[in-house]
Amino acid sequence: MDLREDGLVAVVKRDCPTCRLVEPVLAGLSRTGELTVFTQDDPAFPDGVADLRDDTELSASLALDIETVPTLVRFAGGVEAGRVVGWSRAQWTELTGVADLGEGLPEHRPGCGSRTLDPDVAEQLLVRTRGGALRSRRLEISALEDEAEALFDRGFTDGLPVVAPTPARVLRMLEGTSHAPDEVVAVVPPNLAEATVEKVAVNAVLAGCRPEYLPVVLAAVEAACTDEFNAHGLLATTWGAGPAIVVNGPVRAEIGMNWAGNALGQGNRANSTIGRALQLVIRNVGGGRPREVDRAALGHPGKVGFCFAEDEEGSPFEPLAQSRGVPAGRSAVTVFAAEGPRGVADQISRRPESLARSLALGLRGVVHPKLVRGFDATLVVCPEHARVFAEAGWDRARLQAALDEYLLLDRAEITRGAGGVDEGVPAGDSDRPLAKFRPGGLLIVHAGGGAGMFSAVIGGWAGGPGGSAPVTREVDPWR
Amino acid sequence: MAVNGTGVRGPLVVLDPTDESAPDARTAIARPASLDGLRVGLLDISKPRGDVFLDRLAELLAERGVTVRRYAKPTFTKPMPPDLRREITTECDVVIEALAD
Repeated sequence: MDLREDGLVAVVKRDCPTCRLVEPVLAGLSRTGELTVFTQDDPAFPDGVADLRDDTELSASLALDIETVPTLVRFAGGVEAGRVVGWSRAQWTELTGVADLGEGLPEHRPGCGSRTLDPDVAEQLLVRTRGGALRSRRLEISALEDEAEALFDRGFTDGLPVVAPTPARVLRMLEGTSHAPDEVVAVVPPNLAEATVEKVAVNAVLAGCRPEYLPVVLAAVEAACTDEFNAHGLLATTWGAGPAIVVNGPVRAEIGMNWAGNALGQGNRANSTIGRALQLVIRNVGGGRPREVDRAALGHPGKVGFCFAEDEEGSPFEPLAQSRGVPAGRSAVTVFAAEGPRGVADQISRRPESLARSLALGLRGVVHPKLVRGFDATLVVCPEHARVFAEAGWDRARLQAALDEYLLLDRAEITRGAGGVDEGVPAGDSDRPLAKFRPGGLLIVHAGGGAGMFSAVIGGWAGGPGGSAPVTREVDPWR
Repeated sequence: MAVNGTGVRGPLVVLDPTDESAPDARTAIARPASLDGLRVGLLDISKPRGDVFLDRLAELLAERGVTVRRYAKPTFTKPMPPDLRREITTECDVVIEALAD
């Protein structure tokens, strides 16, 4: 594009009343021979300008980063020396050095939005200027196809409709991170395919995420694709658990997550779509599909996506992420193997010991009431239960220790055959009680609405090195 | 619905969310008519009682004069280590894998 080395450049459109107001001013300046006018809509506007350029393609407007018309820019030696936005007699006079501009015009008048910012145009411009950075294969959905049906047919969805990942939407999604689209986030099982930032963004669009959720999704993908989390095993097992995400730190409020009423349920866009985006990455990038490598006998509805935030503000406990080594004030995700949640009611206990024993009874049912140490679990303590612990001065470690104690199970009760149930632990040569969970196999999170003495148990899967261990990763590095 | 620069509706362009790997066109090799002269491996994926099944299979194969090599994955929850896969492919013509519980 041919911009002036020296002189004035104006950008206008006929659709703008202020541009029409300054039409005679521009004609007057044109006679000095140092004015070029770029017009965004009507190539014949304004009248009386000698060096009038058609900018209906908006290339000059983009290059000049025009947000408002009219904008008058002065160049000196090929460098911008000043600009005025809208009409102001004083400012135009100062910039042009021409006295008595715009006789009969008001002293000032604000301009109008540049066409580069029109929503329909902005999308095309985004793709035109930055679409070259995208590497994903482009697929065409013909005008005769229904877009939602076409995306189902191509196997990209989890059974619910998805948002079409157009280049413009993916580019807007990528604005949620400073990372380059081609940076590899993780190697995704089961196919061990590299997920780039762009591929994660494509799947985040499918899932319905907003761009500001993308760093959380990227951190979740990073966490889920570690050897410790073992997403391959979690996917391939016939057990029904899937990956869940709990979010800590300032990002929760920044993106409007829910940690209060119905925290584990539907209705919050960030909660619903972040978990879904992770599952779609595993499905689409990793190739992990139900009834293929995903061998779950039953599965559960949260396998569409399971993500919630911890209530840190109302919690008697140190936030989960901090208890796992993330510095205070930083945002993080913790991924863990999760079945669907099941409520544990206790509306009577006001002593922490009694309540902890109640919750331990609820946890005992994980995998099977007579099996121990194989499976992990997560306990979501609701605010009304947390209050009992808070009033007694119990912190996270105190509750954890109490649960460990109350979950030492009497071998006689859980041996195979005991209680008329053949399932159970093999008879041993010791009668020492057995711990329900391995050390580190029980996560405690605080979330939920202010009313209801109903906490929740989320069963997991085989814990530790032979299965899946919870993994925490910071969000901020992905911003 | 996409509108191109001329205002005419054209195809909607979307970006492929997958790893774009071509479909794996490999097919299973033909099942051998007989095990005579073939090197047979028995792979225990380390699920409980898989060894019971494979022990019996080894007995039955021995009755037919077929000797076997035994292999085991460290854990059924994770993919086979590449070294073990290479070992099996160089030492066996046929592998029988036990899934059990």
